[in-house]
Amino acid sequence: MAGIKDATAIVGIGQTAFAKQLAEDERTLACRAVVAALDDAGIDPGEVDALASFTMEETDEVELAKAVGFGDLTFFSRVGYGGGGSCATVAHLATAIAAGQATVGVAWRSRKRGSGPRPWRNTVAQLPTPAQWTRPYGLLRPVDEIAMLTRRYMHEYGATRDHLFNVALACRNRANQNPAAVMYDRPLTREMYMTSRWISEPLCLFDNCLETDGALACVVVSRERARDCRRPPVYVHSAAQGLPAQHHGMVNYWNDDPLTGPSWATARHLWKHADFTPEDVDVAQIYDAFTALIPLSLEGYGFCGRGEGGAFTEQGALESGGRLPINTGGGGLSEAYVHGFNLINEGVKQLRGSSTAQVPGAATCLVTAGEGVPTSALLLTNRS
Amino acid sequence: MLSPVIDPEGAPFWRYAAQGELRVQACADCGELRFPPRPCCPHCRSFGIEWRPVSGHGRVWSYVVPHPPLLPDYAERAPYNVIVVELVEAPHIRLVGNLVTGPGAPIDSLPAERIRIGARVRFVADPASGLPQWVPERS
Ligand SMILES: [Zn+2]
Repeated sequence: MAGIKDATAIVGIGQTAFAKQLAEDERTLACRAVVAALDDAGIDPGEVDALASFTMEETDEVELAKAVGFGDLTFFSRVGYGGGGSCATVAHLATAIAAGQATVGVAWRSRKRGSGPRPWRNTVAQLPTPAQWTRPYGLLRPVDEIAMLTRRYMHEYGATRDHLFNVALACRNRANQNPAAVMYDRPLTREMYMTSRWISEPLCLFDNCLETDGALACVVVSRERARDCRRPPVYVHSAAQGLPAQHHGMVNYWNDDPLTGPSWATARHLWKHADFTPEDVDVAQIYDAFTALIPLSLEGYGFCGRGEGGAFTEQGALESGGRLPINTGGGGLSEAYVHGFNLINEGVKQLRGSSTAQVPGAATCLVTAGEGVPTSALLLTNRS
Repeated sequence: MLSPVIDPEGAPFWRYAAQGELRVQACADCGELRFPPRPCCPHCRSFGIEWRPVSGHGRVWSYVVPHPPLLPDYAERAPYNVIVVELVEAPHIRLVGNLVTGPGAPIDSLPAERIRIGARVRFVADPASGLPQWVPERS
């Protein structure tokens, strides 16, 4: 079986400004990001025949297609579980194009999370199963649910707040190099981190991602078509989704090993279909709604052993020039929180050599979606 | 405060809890306990269900201390604790709850500094809401 290895490439990326509050509505922002991505690729919107986005995306296919002027669409899909779906949007397009179901695919996410309502405040939407088992007790927000796993992780493996700070600092340092990042001109110090207010102990303010308005998009085509595009192709080398057995989402408290999240199952499939290993990854964009997701993901995707994710962050490992530079645009913690789509585009920038924190000669990049929910991941490369 | 939005599978849990009894869903055929409740046994695929009484003794598996921004009723009580308790007879059965000083005490009644992972706790029912609560086990 041929599979999808290097069969498709990302050839265009687009984004709006990122800010706490943007004037335009989500639909307009979605259109702007999509038009920018197609322009970057040098592909006319009339050629688009496939779309993929998140189930949480508010701009639907009909609205986008009629506004931007797409052709006849023959494939469109939505992926669930919030930020767990980011990489899967590209994976669905790559699979559809490799299978001949479409030729030009666009994935996108537009969100006014900065100026719009906080999703957890909608108790009607939040309360059905399994929330009946958690929310009445005041475990209300994603940060509370992940803090519960974080406390246990720190207890079991000796991870510390300094390890979480290492994550926050690496992301902030990269944002300080990226003029598009919300935190571009806001350095972070250990003193600021250690004295900041709690959100849900053991997680403090700086362990939480930003709340951002913004939109991003990317364009996926076949490897043959990619040769004719304006930019050098960034190949989708391997792609995977993962919903492990007996998984319960962010309240994953009810199986034998709650700290083994969906990244483990996703990673098994991802590496099985790849020609390289974690040691060969030059740069990684790891979903960072919360700092604690990074050590958990580092373990899940095989960069270190079980329980070693905290220690892995030591000695500047996640910084430029470190063992594994991560979130080189600043990530969700310090560039923008748009459900991880900025991590996909940053991966493409690295493999084009155009990141604001470029890893010299980067040829391979891991991009992940949210750990702690049914998730997805991509291995991208500029070699083929 | 939010009340549980109860589904058909979960209803017996809340009914027993309000009567001061902690029961966990179990497979009527292979006997395996499971939580949260669901229609079918993931081990043997039986649809037979029974509600097995458990001792109500557990240990703190983890805990958090939420601070604002929170829903107004909870912000008023913050910082408070939320714990996950593993049951002594089935450690993979874990229940989310609050560690309080006694039955009916509010969620901020016990200071977070007094909570430790591994601490022994015991089930009680809140006489007002009927919701499960947890109190420190006298050692
Ligand atoms: Zn059974």
